[in-house]
Amino acid sequence: MKILAISAALTAVLATGVAADTVVPSDVVYEDGAVAMSLSGKAGDAAAGEKIMNKGAGNCIACHQITSLDYLAFQGEIGPALDGAGDRWSEAELRGIVANAKVMFEGTMMPSFYRTEGFYRLGDAYTGKAHPGNPEPLLTAQQVEDVVAYLTTLTE
Amino acid sequence: MKNTFKLKTAFACVVAAGLASSAFADADTDKLVINGEIDIITTTVAPAHLENVDTIYSGWHFRSDETQAFQMDDFDNPGMIGVEKASENWDTVDGSEGKSCASCHGEAESMAGVRAVYPKYNEEKGKVTTLAMEVNNCRTERMGAEKWKYTGGTMTDMVALISSVSRGMPVNVAIDGPAQSTWEQGKELYYARTGQLELSCANCHEDSYGMMIRADHLSQGQINGFPTYRLKNTKLNSAHARFKGCVRDTRAETYNPGSDEFIALELYVASRGNGLSVEGPSVRN
Ligand code: HEC
Ligand code: HEC
Repeated sequence: MKILAISAALTAVLATGVAADTVVPSDVVYEDGAVAMSLSGKAGDAAAGEKIMNKGAGNCIACHQITSLDYLAFQGEIGPALDGAGDRWSEAELRGIVANAKVMFEGTMMPSFYRTEGFYRLGDAYTGKAHPGNPEPLLTAQQVEDVVAYLTTLTE
Repeated sequence: MKNTFKLKTAFACVVAAGLASSAFADADTDKLVINGEIDIITTTVAPAHLENVDTIYSGWHFRSDETQAFQMDDFDNPGMIGVEKASENWDTVDGSEGKSCASCHGEAESMAGVRAVYPKYNEEKGKVTTLAMEVNNCRTERMGAEKWKYTGGTMTDMVALISSVSRGMPVNVAIDGPAQSTWEQGKELYYARTGQLELSCANCHEDSYGMMIRADHLSQGQINGFPTYRLKNTKLNSAHARFKGCVRDTRAETYNPGSDEFIALELYVASRGNGLSVEGPSVRN
């Protein structure tokens, strides 16, 4: 545990609190809507990704159904069901869709989870008050990787 | 499972064709008659100015049978408690002029038809005003009394009383003439994608009505039923308070109740319901 913590600290740029290998939202490169490289420089954790589908800033099932998560009540129907998403899309495409779905699907209702610029009347989370400057992205780089790792397991 | 796109290409085609105009309109087909005598038009053909919707539905259609039932009889409608409170205020003298609403208007029933045409252009003020603004206008200018808080309980109760005597009459707000520029501003606000989630009113209430967004069954976001008693917060809610909540939920900076923006938005949203009956005070969850 301790060793892990120390090595993590060594590879992190402490001044910004962002790991050295992390690609900041404004630097993400999209190719046909896909993003080839890990945003955090690390592999994703599918189990952690599964939790984000239900909770917090992810809350993907507000809009998407996932049969294998049918123990979670109230799955939304705004977007397509994500069953088989791991067959339909490559890992790079999934990363692009989660980071900024508006590149792959122009005008989509799906929020951009790893974008920090270009908002209109940006609020401070759900307070209804203005947010000065740019916000934190909805998901961190590692959370995006976790979600992508989870989505690749959705095969039929 | 509603959507299973097997092919990426098929999916891309659907996207290109524009998912925007296809909503699964599973509004139910129940009929609303209040007290066995007031027929409410809850489904009708969309007004001509609506480009992307053919049929308009009251939010009543998207609620459960239990919630719907509250509205069928005034004895079961918790919103009528606010109407009763407002009836007392209607007759209560207040302010320096020694007047009540009744002093000038007689019975509250004299307000029949008023709710159906508001918001409306007010010549004297040179702007579109809402019912709540007119109520405060009477209080300050004619009664010499204090304003009521725009979305406060006393005001919302009064708007509910004024609505209740128009129930069954079709909403018919004017969108042309001197109201047109305000209406256009409201339309722009309706389609503007706000906040970090970048969602507009239209994303949820035009493109997605009939669908579930998590536990919520999305309606068309009509305001013919306002003020609306919500089982969730157990009080009557004004349209502007609802707008504020919806905008806040996009992680946006909201507009203030009573602001020019929300007046314009209220006019525009009301006009999307032209043809539905006035239904307030309605009951929602
Ligand atoms: C507000 C609604 C909304 C939310 C929240 C949302 N999505 Fe989406 N998503 C959509 C829509 C709509 C589409 C369809 C693309 C389009 O607009 O044409 C989509 C498409 C997708 C696709 C590709 C569709 C396919 O073939 O399976 C994936 C993968 C996806 N979303 C994953 C996610 C994940 C993961 C999250 C949460 C981190 C999420 N979405 C949150 C609305 C949403
Ligand atoms: C993220 C989705 C979302 C957005 C964006 C949104 N709403 Fe809503 N709205 C809801 C939900 C969920 C409800 C509750 C269920 C229902 O009545 O549709 C609701 C309810 C309403 C109602 C109450 C309808 C009734 O019959 O009681 C009105 C009015 C309304 N919204 C107007 C608006 C307006 C105007 C905007 C834009 C300023 C807006 N909404 C933006 C999700 C949204």
